[in-house]
Amino acid sequence: MSAPLIRVEGLAKDYVMGSNVVPALRGVTLDIAAGEFVAVMGPSGSGKSTFMNLLGCLDHPSAGRYWLGGQEVSALSGDELAAVRNRKLGFVFQHFNLLARTSALDNVALPLLYGNVPAAERHPRAERRLIQIGLAERMDHHPAQLSGGQQQRVAIARALVNDPQLVLADEPTGALDSRTSVEIMALLQQLNREGITIVLVTHEHDIADFAGRIISFRDGKVVEDRSNAPKDAAAQL
Amino acid sequence: MNFAATLRIALLALRINKLRSALTMLGIIIGVAAVIVMIAVGNGAQARVEDQIKSLGSNIIMVLSGSMTSGGARGGSGSQPTITEDDAYALNREIDEIQAAAPSLRGSGQVVAGNANWSTVFYGTSPEYLQVRDWAVIEGRSFEQAEINGAGKVALIGQTVALNLFGEANPVDQVVRINKVPLTIIGVLDRKGQNMMGQDQDDIILMPISTARKRVLGSSRYAAGRNVGSIMVKTKDGANMAEAETHMRELLRQRHRLQNAQDDDFYVRNLSEILQAQEASSKVMSLLLAAVASVSLLVGGIGIMNIMLVSVTERTREIGLRMAVGARARDILTQFLVEAVTLSLIGGAIGILLGVGGATAIAEFAGWRTELSAGSIVLAAGFAGAIGIFFGYYPARKASRLLPIEALRYE
Repeated sequence: MSAPLIRVEGLAKDYVMGSNVVPALRGVTLDIAAGEFVAVMGPSGSGKSTFMNLLGCLDHPSAGRYWLGGQEVSALSGDELAAVRNRKLGFVFQHFNLLARTSALDNVALPLLYGNVPAAERHPRAERRLIQIGLAERMDHHPAQLSGGQQQRVAIARALVNDPQLVLADEPTGALDSRTSVEIMALLQQLNREGITIVLVTHEHDIADFAGRIISFRDGKVVEDRSNAPKDAAAQL
Repeated sequence: MNFAATLRIALLALRINKLRSALTMLGIIIGVAAVIVMIAVGNGAQARVEDQIKSLGSNIIMVLSGSMTSGGARGGSGSQPTITEDDAYALNREIDEIQAAAPSLRGSGQVVAGNANWSTVFYGTSPEYLQVRDWAVIEGRSFEQAEINGAGKVALIGQTVALNLFGEANPVDQVVRINKVPLTIIGVLDRKGQNMMGQDQDDIILMPISTARKRVLGSSRYAAGRNVGSIMVKTKDGANMAEAETHMRELLRQRHRLQNAQDDDFYVRNLSEILQAQEASSKVMSLLLAAVASVSLLVGGIGIMNIMLVSVTERTREIGLRMAVGARARDILTQFLVEAVTLSLIGGAIGILLGVGGATAIAEFAGWRTELSAGSIVLAAGFAGAIGIFFGYYPARKASRLLPIEALRYE
């Protein structure tokens, strides 16, 4: 078996609140292989969001090590982490986080701007992704002119535009109604079938059920890590 | 990330908050416009003084008759005629620093030419007078030595007198009468304009000093002897005027046979110095005005800093997102810095237009002399840019130091 895409060993994170040290993550060790669709579950305060932030290179661990695609990223500087986020990772957020008054096309092209992709290539690449997620007709629309589901699709296109090794989705359906949620999950499942590794945080079992592996957190530790026979979201539409 | 993209992002951000951007710029606009207008007004005042120095002639020292004390009452300058024509010639001859010295006898009277008449002042003097005052004869000729020695009935007239007596006609070779003495006009003087007291310097008639003394002044107290009212001296270019004054004083004291204990019976006045003092004070004035104006630039800069801080706080989530998709700290720093500098430069450009317009309007409507200088415009623009960098740096640095995860979570 080849090296896993993600390997974490004893990953821990403490938050300092005044004189108190609050442990959010207490030593997590696990591997995620390329091509997996993983759902991370747990109640609030379980450490699942902290785990996601560490996987996303948005935060430094207090202890432990983290390899992404064979590269140890837990020891990198802020600028090096920015480069890792730019080249290897894609993010999907609960509240979409699109730039207001900026067209869908420019929103999708944003990561390319920071990746020093030549100006002439940015729009064609962004267009390809928008066509892929089914928003070919809406490229010039601003976020305010799009529905919640459409906005989240734009955000997914943005996560994909730099051909990442890993897409991290933090409660991507948290702000959507149930039908739109299923649509988004169908899209993620389709992307996963095309070979993209996805790690998704959710607290809804219905949503986690679409993933092939479910990892549950409680009190900063992994309490359950099981494979799951995923439901087909497309079939529910 | 390249500069064009950064600039586009900055312009978009400024466009989104149009009113706020405009109000923020207002401080810079007013500051830049004020600096440009104030420097233009200051330069104008200075140029006016410089012109006056030029119209007076440069390096001028006046020698005036001293005062007389009779029965305890002290008369004013000139109350006792002490200096003479020969003093002037001696100054000319014996003092190295002096280029020319001209005696002058002043009088006034009604000038008649045909059926026109005009009240004016006249000076009896020597040809050196024109040299001292840098005054050219634009038509006709100056005096000849024979006319000086022989009390020739000739005169040079100023532009104002020419206009009032002859209109557009050529006055040369015409005859005017002053105190019933007919004088032939041999030349017309160039235009001088107003002097620093606002007097019309072209309202004048010059004649040989002997003519004034013997023929025109008649019973006036100066008519007797060789006395003159004043001597006007021009020192050589580059000569030390203080030394020239000292030497003049020594020579005059010697000629007037004054004892060491006696006071001077004449006055020496350095007119250029008075004007130079005026020039210096107008320089200080314009510096002061520019300093006051730059305070408003400073306030404008603080306004920019204030708004940029608000903007950074408002856009914390946007900053977090940009960091999440790969923006480095320095990309964020550049973005906000470019935004601040763009704001101040656009404000600066509008301020320059307003300043140039304002200076022109002041010249047009208030009648003040203003002088726009390219230097002040470049200075104001550079200052505006520097203010953008200086006051934009702190907010931009604050933005760039945000932690991506905290910025993303910011509500």
